[in-house]
Amino acid sequence: MITMIATVLAADPMLDTDKWWWKVLAIVAAKVLAIFVIGLVATMLMVWFERKIVSGMQNRIGPNKAGPFGLLQTLADGTKLFFKEDLLPEKADKWVFRLAPFLAFVPAFLLWSVIPLGGDFSNGHDGTVTWFGETTRIQLIDPPIGILLVLALSSIGVYGIMLAGWASGSKYPLLGSVRASAQMISYEAALGLSLGAVLLMSGTLSTSGIVIGQNSLGNWNIVATGFIPFAIFLIAMTAELNRPPFDLVEAEQELVGGFNTEYSSIRFALFFLAEFMNVITMSGIMVTLFLGGPQPLELGGVNIFGWAGPLGGTLWVLLKTLAFLYAYVWFRATLPRLRYDQLMDFGWKLLIPVALGWFLVLAALQMTRDKYDGLGPVMVTAAIGVVVLLLAYLLFTAALTVSRRNREREGAAY
Amino acid sequence: MDLLVFILATAMVIAGAVGVILRSNPVHAAMSLVLTLFGIAVHFVALGAHFLAAVQVIVYAGAIVVLFLFVIMLLGVDKSEDLSIEPFPIQRPLAVVVGVGVSGLLIAAIARAKDTIIEGVPLDASGDQNIQALARNLFSDHVFAFEFTSILLIVAVAGTVLLTRKEKKDSQS
Repeated sequence: MITMIATVLAADPMLDTDKWWWKVLAIVAAKVLAIFVIGLVATMLMVWFERKIVSGMQNRIGPNKAGPFGLLQTLADGTKLFFKEDLLPEKADKWVFRLAPFLAFVPAFLLWSVIPLGGDFSNGHDGTVTWFGETTRIQLIDPPIGILLVLALSSIGVYGIMLAGWASGSKYPLLGSVRASAQMISYEAALGLSLGAVLLMSGTLSTSGIVIGQNSLGNWNIVATGFIPFAIFLIAMTAELNRPPFDLVEAEQELVGGFNTEYSSIRFALFFLAEFMNVITMSGIMVTLFLGGPQPLELGGVNIFGWAGPLGGTLWVLLKTLAFLYAYVWFRATLPRLRYDQLMDFGWKLLIPVALGWFLVLAALQMTRDKYDGLGPVMVTAAIGVVVLLLAYLLFTAALTVSRRNREREGAAY
Repeated sequence: MDLLVFILATAMVIAGAVGVILRSNPVHAAMSLVLTLFGIAVHFVALGAHFLAAVQVIVYAGAIVVLFLFVIMLLGVDKSEDLSIEPFPIQRPLAVVVGVGVSGLLIAAIARAKDTIIEGVPLDASGDQNIQALARNLFSDHVFAFEFTSILLIVAVAGTVLLTRKEKKDSQS
């Protein structure tokens, strides 16, 4: 039975064994439970973290009443939301209205399953740990399509927001959700292209494989792909998460509250939870892709979490993820929101062309490195790449100038 | 277990397909379509074609149906139409003819399939080999079909841009 589950899930090498299936099942169940609990608690802490940091940046105190340092504030808010009245707008499409929060929430949770949350990758270990005689990874599943699963789930998350706005049967949520879907589809292209650069370097789609490939600082994809894919990925991910400065989806001044205006009580809480959980999981994905996941950063051969032994990987993931979480809060506290046309111009006219050009140059360099030895051919390829990129840039600007002139000649479109 | 997965996935596909036809609300129909696409993705996973399953979800469920929904919302056609009005008079009889024809073809194909399809030797392709095999096939044996498809898509995009621009000029003059 277990082998058949394994063929269906293609999940974990340890599931291929026939013996001790109850032990395997227990480990998987424990992992699921652990991820569920970690997910919820991390989200709770993330909300607190964000409120506390933002208030610090704005010279306020922030939540400080519930629990020590206000840590339990989110729990209190959540409890309050549970007991609020659950409103269903009269013009709402009831079935879709009830479905939408789950479409946003479930993908956010499932994303946890492919993130390597720890394991010993130092000194050439492959990140597996042995529990009760079974070899496994500190991540729920390790499917061969790992990173594509992330893309698939984030594209399912769009449905939640889109249908929530539509099903509310009200003007502003609809506008918010149309904006959201346009934004998320646009930035998904840039996201995929910068992801392509990472996959080019690692040559595998599985998340653990990507982590194994980044075994030294020079092999971390942030360095190996030349930083630009990382910058694009970070920006596109911020837009994909609808975080400031790309939070036009819920621009309060324009749209009341955005797609979730009509939602209240537990349904609203689910959206809220999904949003914050996505921030954490996507930071985890970025750590996996670009910063080597549980790989230690050894400067001068010193691993600062070396004392923790097998837990060191987990501590590294935590540290790196926290850096991203702080960066997200920082963005929110400092950057003003973009205008809608700026958002679309930025995505389509800057991020996507740059990501595409960089991807092509990286592919050419990889090809040269595989075929020829020495630095000479690589330099020649790089030079050709730069020239081609320059030409493409000139053509692109020419096209933009022509289209702008045509637009001005025609007069205003509206 | 395999049989159970097959039955569940097929039930998803069929339920979704029936939903697409029977739901009068376009958004509900689109959601049913998503159900169908997911069912097909499950079938792909059960057959060991993980990459195809992921692409199925990313491209079809994640992009194409989202665009359907986008158009439905943008144009505000999310109201059930009056079925008594027929915009093109010949459309319905033609639809019946085409429908019968396509189902006939499908049934014939399934009937013939038993003889023509050889007992499949599963590709020894686990993990990344799956994708590599697919890529090699696509970029060597079928490279022309692949490139022509991309040209077709570009033509479609360019055509759309051209059509919308023309319309705008007419309304202004």
